[in-house]
This record gives sequence, C-alpha cells and structure tokens, in this order.
Amino acid sequence: MKPFTLDHAANAAAALSAMGQGATAIAGGTNLVDLMKLQVATPERLVSIRRTGLDSIVPDGTGLRIGALVTNADCAADMRVRQDWPLLAQAILAGASPQLRNRATTGGNLCQRTRCGYFYDTTQACNKRAPGSGCAARDGFNRIHAVLGTSDACIATYPGDMAVALLALDAVVLTEGPFGPRQIPLAMFHREPGDDPTRDNVLQPGELITAVRLPAPTGGTQVYRKVRDRASYAFALVSVAADVTMEEGRIARCALAFGSLGTVPWRDSAVEAALVVEKPSPALFDQAAEILLRQARGFGANDFKIPLAARALAATLAQATKG
Amino acid sequence: MAPTLPTAHVNGQPQTLPLDPRRTLLDWLRHDLGLTGTKKGCDHGQCGACTVLVDGKRINSCLSLAALHDGDSIETIEGIGTPDALAPLQKAFVSHDGYQCGYCTPGQICSAKALMAELAQGWPSAVSADVAARPIPTAEELRERMSGNLCRCGAYSNIIAALKEVIGAEALA
Ligand SMILES: Cc1cc2nc3c(=O)[nH]c(=O)nc-3n(C[C@H](O)[C@H](O)[C@H](O)COP(=O)(O)OP(=O)(O)OC[C@H]3O[C@@H](n4cnc5c(N)ncnc54)[C@H](O)[C@@H]3O)c2cc1C
Ligand code: SF4
Ligand code: FES
Ligand code: FES
Repeated sequence: MKPFTLDHAANAAAALSAMGQGATAIAGGTNLVDLMKLQVATPERLVSIRRTGLDSIVPDGTGLRIGALVTNADCAADMRVRQDWPLLAQAILAGASPQLRNRATTGGNLCQRTRCGYFYDTTQACNKRAPGSGCAARDGFNRIHAVLGTSDACIATYPGDMAVALLALDAVVLTEGPFGPRQIPLAMFHREPGDDPTRDNVLQPGELITAVRLPAPTGGTQVYRKVRDRASYAFALVSVAADVTMEEGRIARCALAFGSLGTVPWRDSAVEAALVVEKPSPALFDQAAEILLRQARGFGANDFKIPLAARALAATLAQATKG
Repeated sequence: MAPTLPTAHVNGQPQTLPLDPRRTLLDWLRHDLGLTGTKKGCDHGQCGACTVLVDGKRINSCLSLAALHDGDSIETIEGIGTPDALAPLQKAFVSHDGYQCGYCTPGQICSAKALMAELAQGWPSAVSADVAARPIPTAEELRERMSGNLCRCGAYSNIIAALKEVIGAEALA
C-alpha cells in the first residue's frame, strides 16, 4: 500500500469536512483496502466514517431508512427488512460471505467497484483505472462482463447484489455534500460508462452517502435469483430481482431488476409493461426476455449471458407468479 | 497526563494499535503480537483463513486496517482454546478429522463459533426458505454459513460433522 494519513470522523460533519479537503471515505474497507493493496486505489488521505453514527435503521413514514454505515449483516438480520422487504435481505445474503457482510456497509456496497480482472491488474490497459489506456477486456477474458449498457471505452459490470434489489424496490440514496443534501433514486445512482468509465456513479467529489430510503412495502412476492459459478461466495454471472403482485391469475404489478448483466444494475420499464395485466406463461416470459435483451451484445466469452439471462428471468417469474 | 494511545483488547489483553495506518489487523496480530494462529491465505478476502472475532462478530482480518479497531475486543484462535484446554469446537474438529493440513482450521473454528451466535440470534442465510423465519441448522444451512471459509484439503464434510455435534450438544444442554 502507498502511504496515507488516516483520520477518524466522529460525525457526518467531520467526515464531510475531511472529504471536502480531498480525503477518501473508508467504511468497512472490504473493497477499498483490497484496491489499495493492489495500488489500483492510491488515496493520500483516508477518513474513517465507521463511527459517524450513521448506523441505524429507522422507520421513515411508511418506509424505512437504512443508515449508510449499517452493515450488510445487520441489514439482512433486521426483522422489518426480512418481513416487509425480503428481496433486500435475500440479495444481501446471496452476496460475499458472512465475514465480509459483517464488515461491508450499505454505502460501501453501493460504491463497490467492478471485478473486471484488468481493472485490478495495473500492468494492463484499462480506461476505468487509467483513462485513455484502452480496454483489455474487449478482446480479452470477458466472461464476467456486461452485455447491456457497454461503450467503446468499457464493458465492465457493476458486480453487486444489494443494489439490484434496491433498484427493484425503488429505493432512494440520500447524500450530503458540498452542494447540500440530495435524494438520488437508485435508478439514477450508477452511471453507464459512456466515454468516461472512471466514474461508476453520480456522487460528486466530497459527497457522502448518509442513508438509503425504502418506500412503503409493496406486499408483492419477492424473489432474488443469483446464477454463479459456485453455490456460494461468488459474484453473480446474472441475477434477477423480482417483486410481483398477482390478481386473479394475472400479473397486476411487477418490478424486475438484473445484476451483472449490464454495466449498471439494470431495469427496463418496457419489460415490466409487457408483463402487466397478462397471465403468466412460458411464452410470455420469453417475450419479456426478448424485450430485455433486444439490444444485448456479447463480446465472445460472455455471449452465454444472453440466453442465461432469458432463462434466469423465466425461472424467476415462474417462481414469483406461482401465487 | 499522557494521551491515551489507541488500544484494542486481544484475547482479553489491552494492546496498543500500530502507528502505521497501512497495517492490517491480520499483519498486526501475526507480526507485531506474535499471534500466528490466525493465517494468511489470500490476503484479499477470498478464503477466510484470517477470520477472527471482533466484538463477537467474524470478519476477514486481512481486509481491515488495524488502526480502525480502537476500543474493539478481538478474539483469535489463541483465545478460543489452548492445547491443554481445547474448546468444544476444537475437540470436535479433532474427533471428526475436520482438517488435513490444518492451515484453514483456525479460521474455520473462529467462523464456526460466530456462526453459532448468529444462529442463536436467528439470523437467516441465503438458503433459508423464508428469510423472516427462525433458521433451522440443517446441513445445508451449515454449509452455506461456512462458505466464507475455503479448505484447500477439502475437509468440508468432516467440518460439518464437527459442527453438527457441537450445535446438537448445545441444543440439548
Ligand atoms: C471475496 C469477495 C467476494 C465478494 N462477493 C460479493 C458478492 O457476491 N456480492 C456483492 O454484492 N458484493 C460482494 N463483495 C463486495 C462487498 O460487498 C463490498 O466489498 C462491500 O459491500 C463494500 O462495502 P465497504 O463498507 O467495505 O466499503 P469500503 O471498501 O469501505 O468502500 C468502498 C467504496 O465506497 C466508498 N464509500 C463507502 N461508504 C461511503 C459513503 N457512505 N459515502 C460515500 N462513499 C462511500 C469508499 O470511499 C470506497 O470508494 C465481495 C467482496 C469480496 C472481497
Ligand atoms: S472493461 Fe472497463 S474495467 Fe475492464 S479493462 Fe475494460 S475499461 Fe477497464
Ligand atoms: S487471508 Fe483473509 S480472506 Fe484470505
Ligand atoms: S485442512 Fe488444509 S486447507 Fe483446510
């Protein structure tokens, strides 16, 4: 690791002040320390936000507000989350390991960086890590890479699970920063790479995530399905988050989000529109998959993700519409 | 009065945290405190060999900066039992051959100890059919809950057997 200084912020104001002077926030450190060891991240100043007091889960009207420093383990163990937003608990529990979830935080999880191997290897060309150096993944090992939302500059996925559930649940990211507080719908939080893959999300320098807000429970059937190379402790190849309400044998309402398929957690209103008011059937699920994947493009080793996503969607919908 | 130095308790003993903020909890325990029971497998959060308990919760010590543990209580394998006084989990690992080379074992045992506390608190897992229900410690649940600890020797089935014995004994007690 490159040398750095470390401050401990006792509250959000202290964290914001240090971040305003260029310090990088460290929460659980499970992603940042890894990147610092590999010198993919070389901050000169860190500010620990662990003890800023942003670590509680409180009711927010008919919804719930989850502090940015709530650990993934505590969030998935919270009975309100388990009963009313089970999709979120399922997605968190499908990610990482018990040890990592005990340290990983809500804010850090949203900001975790891609797992593209070239991003992690400082000897390789990577526009996300070293702008203008090229993208070694395009013609390289790209089995885990995105098939939606890619650009000439970068084809890396956002790899996490929690954000996929939050996207289907219409969550909002609450921040504080140099320009005051912001409320960023999860759907607008992550950025497709375009011609600037260095920025994974819309956070401005010095901006701190303080919480994530969940709207009122939908009462729908919630399913998180994660397809991966081994049964546990592995990132998704494709994941599907579904929240479906059935009425008289028809799909009355549905929210669907996809992980590790696009460069950002992926949601497509046309897919949901094609399903609503319809009776569930394999043909309908195929039609939905066709809409989802109409612009999908593989890069060789990840071509399989396109049919895999169609099958994962069908399996998830079959389960969620069973009633 | 001299300012108090950042301190963590390790197996009950107060220890001054390192000055270099780059020191990971793992390297501090092994190199500075000589507690070499905790192992370094991958150094990247991918194997679980470095698992220790912080305030009773299992974490990967390789991905945690030691300087962030001011005031924490850390328990390592050395605190769980000794060769003369093995903890029930350690005894069960011996009697079930829950290891071959033993490299992953300290992490496995720390992890198993925390797993039992998580079960007692009713935490769900990815294989729980209903995340809102109280979990039942089936073999499938135990395997999922131990999945953060890899064993290069593949002693997995014996590790689960050891755990079942200890959890079963607790349930009867
Ligand atoms: C082996 C391994 C397997 C994993 N598997 C999975 C998986 O299957 N699914 C999955 O979803 N994840 C997985 N993860 C990733 C893990 O979930 C993330 O590392 C973790 O959620 C990051 O949270 P943290 O608090 O440790 O973040 P940190 O490492 O502390 O921070 C990460 C980034 O977020 C920024 N940040 C943190 N908090 C804030 C805040 N409040 N405001 C603004 N910026 C902030 C930091 O500056 C940093 O840039 C895995 C990780 C490892 C090491
Ligand atoms: S896919 Fe993105 S992260 Fe990976 S090498 Fe290309 S530019 Fe870098
Ligand atoms: S050494 Fe920490 S997880 Fe492998
Ligand atoms: S006993 Fe050898 S790695 Fe597990």
